[in-house]
Amino acid sequence: MSRPDTLVWLAGHELRLGWRDWLALMTAGHRRRGRTVAIALVIFGVLMHLMAWSMVARYAKTGMMPDKPTLVVITGTLLLSWSLLLSQAMESVTRAFYSRSDLDLILTSPVSPRKVFSVRIARIALAVAALAMLLAAPFINMLAFLGGAHWLAAYAVVAAMGLMAAALAVALTVALFRLIGARRTRFVAQIVAAVIGAAFVIGLQIAAILSYGSLSRTALLQSHWLVTRAPEPGNVLWLPARAALGDPLALIAVVVVSLALLGAAIAIFSVRFGDHVIAAAGVAQTSVRQRRWSKGFRRGAPARVLRKKEWTLLIRDPWLMSQTLMQILYLLPPAVLLWRSFHSGTGALVVLVPVMVMAAGQLGGGLAWLSICGEDAPDLVASAPISARRILWAKVEAVMGAIALIFAPLVGALAFASSRAALVAGIGILVAAAAATAIQLMFRVQAKRSQFRRRQVSSRIATFAEAFSSIAWAGTFALVAAGTGIALVPGIIALGILLGVWLIRPVSA
Amino acid sequence: MIPTPRPVALALRGLSKSFDRPAVEALDLTIYGGEFYALVGPNGAGKTTTLRMVVGLLRPDAGLIRVDGMDALADPVAAKQITAWLSDEPMIYDKLTPYEYLEFVAGLWRIDARTAEARAHELLDWLGLAPNAHERCEGFSKGMRQKVALAGALVHDPKLIILDEPLTGLDAGSARQVKNVLRERVNAGGTVIMTTHILEVAERMADRIGVIAGGRLIAEGTLDELRHKTGATAATLEETFLTLVAEEARAA
Repeated sequence: MSRPDTLVWLAGHELRLGWRDWLALMTAGHRRRGRTVAIALVIFGVLMHLMAWSMVARYAKTGMMPDKPTLVVITGTLLLSWSLLLSQAMESVTRAFYSRSDLDLILTSPVSPRKVFSVRIARIALAVAALAMLLAAPFINMLAFLGGAHWLAAYAVVAAMGLMAAALAVALTVALFRLIGARRTRFVAQIVAAVIGAAFVIGLQIAAILSYGSLSRTALLQSHWLVTRAPEPGNVLWLPARAALGDPLALIAVVVVSLALLGAAIAIFSVRFGDHVIAAAGVAQTSVRQRRWSKGFRRGAPARVLRKKEWTLLIRDPWLMSQTLMQILYLLPPAVLLWRSFHSGTGALVVLVPVMVMAAGQLGGGLAWLSICGEDAPDLVASAPISARRILWAKVEAVMGAIALIFAPLVGALAFASSRAALVAGIGILVAAAAATAIQLMFRVQAKRSQFRRRQVSSRIATFAEAFSSIAWAGTFALVAAGTGIALVPGIIALGILLGVWLIRPVSA
Repeated sequence: MIPTPRPVALALRGLSKSFDRPAVEALDLTIYGGEFYALVGPNGAGKTTTLRMVVGLLRPDAGLIRVDGMDALADPVAAKQITAWLSDEPMIYDKLTPYEYLEFVAGLWRIDARTAEARAHELLDWLGLAPNAHERCEGFSKGMRQKVALAGALVHDPKLIILDEPLTGLDAGSARQVKNVLRERVNAGGTVIMTTHILEVAERMADRIGVIAGGRLIAEGTLDELRHKTGATAATLEETFLTLVAEEARAA
């Protein structure tokens, strides 16, 4: 066992916490579920490998030459993944600043804060790199299995990207602290993380829509226009792509640069990290004065005050705002497609319907969890003189009202181009959101609002059912919009999911 | 002259609730209108479980609950209309201000907006929260949060106020304010039922004290009546309580 107060000892402590955190995330705090979770992970891993096989088999078998078109596609894909990693890393760094957990203990101990935060930044970097490697594993494994061991070099590239993302995330968050202060950073960093995570993929989609009228994000990467304007294969810009293809020198360069960047971030920022954490802690102690919109209490039935309370809390929740913003940002490409189709009169409008229905299902599930499970004063509401049924209805109305408000502008715009498509999309949005809400109702468990980020932990069945339900409804209404009777098939599947969830719902719900 | 019967604010008959083991067993309890009743007992005695059943947060396995003569199990909405519940962990909304919180509570209890607003101003002043009335609760101390929750419990002018350890974590000044507010309510004809581990508070404030252990009421009465029961007429409530609990443990 290493001596206390050393970097190794602190790293051991952080790793133990990280491992237990991950285990709790996987098993929802039930240690006996370990075996079930392991079996589920193996099945999930096999399915992911099968999916990866169907996607990469042709590249692995034919081999890939480091020519310009290949380098452009690989670099684009790496940038796409990296923007998501950077977003994830920014969220982790922001949480490290604002989460109190053990920081009171650490900052009042005689251990050097610099050591503590060096290890903590390294832990964030390792977590991001591990996540990246885990997500890329099925693809890399299948490429290595079918195309040769040299593909395993991609693991090192992915890990290096994770380290670089963490280094930049620390720099960006600290810069935000210095520029706008601790109070605003909490909110702004979440928004920036959401925008970074979505910006690259959305940018590619919008460019593809404007150039080719397609929602496919690879359309631009494979375009003649981009390939002819890209630098020659010897350019340093292609080093990560060359490394992923197995070039040993490029691989060494990428790994060295990533380690150097992370080392620099730790050396520069760990000194001030403690100061920023203390500044962030002060934010919780300061009061936020709320502007009064009304001059007095408003008359209202219990259902109305419940809806109003839910909407007020949703609007004032910065973490939720960033999550919602992410989902709304993904609606931008369909909006651009809508705008283009409106001018060109193409039949691409049908593509919009499933995108909107899917987004409504996902957003509806999140809002329903917050409203139904994330009630911070359950005793107050339950001891009020209103029936439990009425309380639930008011919450469902609040969710559906928020969904209607968010999607109304898009559906309204769609109505200008095609009233039929708008009608189908409108119904689909309401049905998908209602289905996701129903699933949350059936699997409701009392939780704190602050646990929103980990809401999937409380019930994996509800999480998967919500996702599959949204996909099935998206498919159903896409086919309805296309005017085909095959819509019945995904429709029946969607109803089957709801029925299945109802049959296996917990007794108490 | 025939004495006027005292109105019963809360009557429990044969109330029982089990989780892994019995938490409350065939509990009979009568609390009169205008009474300050303290329920004391060791940890895990069944105090909170009993009160949570009374306010409709738990469903009893057996028994009857009558609030102001109404069957609270058959018509919970009517019983809740005249009851307030305050738990030891103040449950308020971090993102709402005390003013907004009271408006929300008044809406839930269907209180006329003008009446509720006047009462809210009075309570905020009374509890020293007026300067913070339009600040979000997220930065409030435990004491301030407890006072906001108490204001919420009183804004709908309940006849029966049920509090679970309302003084835990409060500083001396805040505890005094809360006690004063509760005493005022009793003087105005309201009924207060409170669980507490601070026996001095029960001794000084309560009209009657109920001692609960192992889910059963083992003794009840004024402090003098409890002292007589133990045979130590000069004992403090703490000494009396410990004697009663020890006797019960021996008997069990």
